[in-house]
Amino acid sequence: MLKDEDRIFRNLYGYEDPGLKGAKKRGAWDGTRKFLQKGRDWVIDEIKSSGLRGRGGAGFPTGLKWSFMPKIPDGRPHYLVVNADESEPGTCKDREIMRHDPHLLIEGCLIAGFAMGANTGYIYIRGEFIRERERLQAAIDEAYDAKLIGKNNKHDWDFDLYLHHGAGAYICGEETALLESLEGKKGQPRLKPPFPANVGLYGAPTTVNNVETIAVVPDILRRGASWFAGLGRPNNTGTKLFSISGHVNRPCNVEEEMGIPLKELLDRHAGGVRGGWDNLLTVIPGGSSVRCLPSDMCQNLYMDFDTLSALKSGLGTAAVIVMDKSTDIIRAIARLAYFYKHESCGQCTPCREGTGWMYRVLDRMARGEAHKREIDMLLEVTYQVEGHTICALGDAAAWPVQGLITHFRHVIEERIDQYSANSKPEGAVREPAAAE
Amino acid sequence: MSVRRLDPIQPENFKFSAANMRWAKTQVKKYPKGKQASAVIPLLWRAQEQHGGWLPEPALRTVAEMLDMSFIRVYEIATFYTMFNLSPVGKYFVQLCGTTPCWLRGADDLKAVCRRVIGAQNQVSEDGLLSWLEVECLAACANAPMVQINEDYYEDLSAESFEKLLDDLREGRAVKPGPQNGRQFSCPEGGPTTLLNGAGSSKAKLSTKTKSKANTLKSVRKKKSAPAKG
Repeated sequence: MLKDEDRIFRNLYGYEDPGLKGAKKRGAWDGTRKFLQKGRDWVIDEIKSSGLRGRGGAGFPTGLKWSFMPKIPDGRPHYLVVNADESEPGTCKDREIMRHDPHLLIEGCLIAGFAMGANTGYIYIRGEFIRERERLQAAIDEAYDAKLIGKNNKHDWDFDLYLHHGAGAYICGEETALLESLEGKKGQPRLKPPFPANVGLYGAPTTVNNVETIAVVPDILRRGASWFAGLGRPNNTGTKLFSISGHVNRPCNVEEEMGIPLKELLDRHAGGVRGGWDNLLTVIPGGSSVRCLPSDMCQNLYMDFDTLSALKSGLGTAAVIVMDKSTDIIRAIARLAYFYKHESCGQCTPCREGTGWMYRVLDRMARGEAHKREIDMLLEVTYQVEGHTICALGDAAAWPVQGLITHFRHVIEERIDQYSANSKPEGAVREPAAAE
Repeated sequence: MSVRRLDPIQPENFKFSAANMRWAKTQVKKYPKGKQASAVIPLLWRAQEQHGGWLPEPALRTVAEMLDMSFIRVYEIATFYTMFNLSPVGKYFVQLCGTTPCWLRGADDLKAVCRRVIGAQNQVSEDGLLSWLEVECLAACANAPMVQINEDYYEDLSAESFEKLLDDLREGRAVKPGPQNGRQFSCPEGGPTTLLNGAGSSKAKLSTKTKSKANTLKSVRKKKSAPAKG
């Protein structure tokens, strides 16, 4: 288990003062000026050697991402944009950072802005987080008043930080959709390339990072890249906030070491699976967009990027959704399919039409009102959506369904059999009209 | 995607209050010159707040004019983003999360309460106080099931506590946002499993900074040998 002194978010549960005074007591804003004096390359190198990978889902190396920003300014401003549009089902970690430890985020913004030559940063927070927005804005105001950020601040790097909010669109968590939304448009993703590091917000070089990614940066610099790199497992370093939800005895958010075995994570912090470990049916380990893993694959499961992607699932946002044996797994995935149908932005046909199609088929399958050959047809459709859209929402909609069919095909088949067995002549499953 | 249309019954006009007008000017200043369209969502949101929780068409026109945008651009924002209510809502607007993590922990029971106490989705109760809508994940999954009522989250609900909450709101009694079962935010129920020595244990941390670094280095070494065993 992660030692308390190795934790970065020491006010995760809001027992202490989230304001500047409390944050400083916990070590925030300590030595920030010294880090900036060491120069932009030093900061990027430290982050690179810490092995920090983006905490927003994709796990892209953060230092490398920052180094894509142009070194020599061409007259366009540079922007740092923080993605606080947390809306991946299962994920509720950034909310705790913003309302209980906002100064770590603000300090991280200053450092990250400096590292990429940005004098302006925008935090895009989801619209529903109204109280969190108030709390974060209060912290930003405090930082301005204390001359920690802003023009002519104590750190000799002019940095304006603005809080911007959305209005309820999951798709705005996709970085280019977020930029569109920030520019005052519908949140519809852009084709890449050009990548935001070249043409981002207002056509200027931009880097978009997740809240947790930015908030751990100050502590990495304070305690040293080797400290962070020494935690976790090779290529999957550091600490991570895990959101544990679903059928556990005590759902919670907790900061743990990357790569902690799933069973230890659930038993130690979440009071174990409801009804005991043997009652586990399946786990979605990284937010709704990754494939679920059945209980036999969960026995010795390291919770990190590489282990989970090797199992064709993913660490994603480290949002662990636990389901016990009482769960109607088809209904659970159908509800996720409904989510993606609701949240598709409508730009690409495979996603706009496919998400609705997948939901309707799954909804029938949950009742058993389907043909067994439709299972393969559904699987085929997921492959036609996956990889054929501008952004990853198409993939995200396809993967949970693929996970269901890969691991729980027998449940779908049983449901269909049950339905057929129970059907009366007038209510029997009818052969659909010959396929045209 | 969902089909969203403006309400058939619209007011004659809409005007921001003087205070909101001043506030709007500070919002536009957040963005570079000529990029004032960026402020469209915050301004529409403020208009919705001022207009009792929903956005009438004249408000879209007002915002379009203020930001020098064509009406259609503002219209598409209002219909794209689902937090903009295009028809009247109750004084207490209940947004009930029905996505899988909440569903696993009993969101359906809460829905049944809504149907019984308030009525059908998107219909304002007769007294004008309540209306409800099933929404997608509100990012409080460790505190499921939960609802958002106006600005606040109400978490760790059961059918009973939710019904009591609605009842309290209706009767004008004070309610407390956050977890409804006495829990500390997203801390495990019954107390934390981490940071046990004085929660943040910040003082200890600061005074033994170098020492803790040495400790962690030790733990690094331990870690390195661990995978070999496993």
